[in-house]
Amino acid sequence: MAQMVLLGAEALAQGALDAGLSGIYAYPGTPSTEITEYVQRNRYARENGIHSAWSANEKTAVEAALGMSYAGKRAMACMKHVGLNVAADPFINSAITGAGGGLIIAVADDPSMHSSQNEQDSRFYGQFAFLPIFEPSSQQEAYDMAFTAFELSEKYHLPVLMRITTRMAHSRAMVECRETRKQNSLRLPDDPRQFVLLPAIAKKRYRQLLNLQPLLEKEAEKSPFNCLLPGSDSSLGIITCGIAHNYVLENYPDGVPYPNLKIGQYPVPLDLISKLVSEVDQILVLEEGYPLLEQSLRGLLNNGAKPVKGRLDGTVPRDGELTPDAVAVAMGLAAQTGPDAPEFLASRPPSMCKGCGHIDTYNALLEAIEGFGPGRTFSDIGCYTLGALPPFNAINSCVDMGASITMAKGAADAGLLPSVAVIGDSTFTHSGMTGLLDVVNENSPITIIISDNETTGMTGGQTSSATGRLESICLGIGIDPEHLKVIIPLKKNHEENVRIIRQELQHPAPSVIISRRECIQTATRKRKEQKS
Amino acid sequence: MKTDIILAGVGGQGILTIAAAIGFATLSEKMFVKQSELHGMSQRGGAVQSHLRLSDQPVASDLIPMGCADLILSVEPMESLRYLPYLNPGGCLVTNSVPYLNIPNYPEEKTIHDAVKSLPNYIWINADEIARECGSIKSSNIVMLGAASRFINLPFSALQEGVRQVFGRKGDEIVTMNLKALEAGQQAAALKP
Repeated sequence: MAQMVLLGAEALAQGALDAGLSGIYAYPGTPSTEITEYVQRNRYARENGIHSAWSANEKTAVEAALGMSYAGKRAMACMKHVGLNVAADPFINSAITGAGGGLIIAVADDPSMHSSQNEQDSRFYGQFAFLPIFEPSSQQEAYDMAFTAFELSEKYHLPVLMRITTRMAHSRAMVECRETRKQNSLRLPDDPRQFVLLPAIAKKRYRQLLNLQPLLEKEAEKSPFNCLLPGSDSSLGIITCGIAHNYVLENYPDGVPYPNLKIGQYPVPLDLISKLVSEVDQILVLEEGYPLLEQSLRGLLNNGAKPVKGRLDGTVPRDGELTPDAVAVAMGLAAQTGPDAPEFLASRPPSMCKGCGHIDTYNALLEAIEGFGPGRTFSDIGCYTLGALPPFNAINSCVDMGASITMAKGAADAGLLPSVAVIGDSTFTHSGMTGLLDVVNENSPITIIISDNETTGMTGGQTSSATGRLESICLGIGIDPEHLKVIIPLKKNHEENVRIIRQELQHPAPSVIISRRECIQTATRKRKEQKS
Repeated sequence: MKTDIILAGVGGQGILTIAAAIGFATLSEKMFVKQSELHGMSQRGGAVQSHLRLSDQPVASDLIPMGCADLILSVEPMESLRYLPYLNPGGCLVTNSVPYLNIPNYPEEKTIHDAVKSLPNYIWINADEIARECGSIKSSNIVMLGAASRFINLPFSALQEGVRQVFGRKGDEIVTMNLKALEAGQQAAALKP
């Protein structure tokens, strides 16, 4: 069988392809982007017409994947953890409709917030939706779990959540691949009303979902991804979820002295947990993310049969990702460290690239808005969020995809005028358009700057759904053509751009300024590709 | 036998290319490898690091524990010092001496050099200059790989093969230039104590 060195994200993609995937649907988001990019680059996928184009957002991605599953084929939707908030509606309801062809919802969490606004733990969503969850501890498991997840999904006609975290997504290791399974053929659901969630049907299907829970638990109990490993020292029992297992092994190269339970498939295997608890004096729970399992083991009144240690009692840091070092300390081992880093080191935060159009856009905005007073620029998620840092200090908010426009509207409603939104092109089509409709419907006097670099820049330059469509979208939503301006953010246009922005800031109704210049990273890459 | 390597630099300086070359090199040597890296926000001129672990035994953790790295391989001098807590007592720090100046409060270069010199094992090399002599300053990352090669538990021929694999798509000229850079880096480091 072929061996490949793959990122965890890529291993999952290759596993899905080999397991008979027919389509992947996603919006880019660190650390999940590489799953979809892998399928886009894959020759087998191209030759076999496997869908891999980017979706406008995570909600449309999950819905399209659900549609493909309805039609009997194996589909996967991918996103970062906060993307699941956007897709929460179809995600939760897909548990009620159930699946046709195998359906994997792959979500990459980002504990320690390397590139995110929060470190929410997607396993809570899985539990909330009553869906099975897989959580690989190695690249090989990420590959293998794609097969198992599709099989389980088709066996119970349920979507399955595949949860990975940053270190799993972005770490490479050798993966052994299997034979490629053929794609499913088109097949409609046996029950033509399965996907019609009218209350009468939804009530029935929800009860079915609840009735499946004990069966899903049985599946977890016999899953090869959940195993109770023996240990001679019963003073402690360790439960690990996902990659936490690796950090335990790292600290005991000659074998773990304590009985330990490695969990990779949920709902949690109760019989294995009971068995472990009965054998040991106390339990240490190591989870990458929130203390989901620890919290339920401990119980509200902390009156379980045995003491439970983990994030809630401070044995493990309450926030942030796990490390081999934090796990060593939690297991009572001495912390090692090398020399201290010198104090004179300066931090080197990310910054906008030299020559980036966002820089010229901010320079023009800062000059135009001068004199109106501080605190009136609402921004969004993307490279231009770096405008919050010196030397710009240009924006006052970054909350979630699309929030710039609606927050500017709310602030204007409160009387903060002028009020400005700065949003990227891809973020605008992801979640800004509906906010713009609110603005137009209420004739809110805000100025929206769409900083259009014709790509999804922050995640590495993926296709933007907005490219070539922004003017027609804004006009279609109802922006007055007199107040839809297009500027080119270049130094030589600075004075003119300042004039236009200042003029629109004073317009007592909605205006949109599209500041358009291609991302210099994307432009450079295109130039190189053309040359070769 | 294992080699734990922290790769350090600034986004865009090519540390992931070094990681890829070592990754390919291990394939021909039938070794176990895990390589962890950060993408996304960190690629925009910010500090970047990658943990690379090679061993003849299976590797458990994707992250190197503190105090365990055998090598800090950095393409930028200040960044080399950021990860010192990972270095094991016998480990070596190998760094390019040319600073990447994209922040206003970059420390005095002498302060950085002194801190590096205070370590028991280090190699301080002007990789940009050596790369320029080999044909392009862009190869300075591969010069650094060459400079660190004796601390990596792989035959030099395997690293050469890794470089061929990584640059193969870009044509013979680029491959030859980078192989030259790899060798020049190795030779430059051999002259150091």
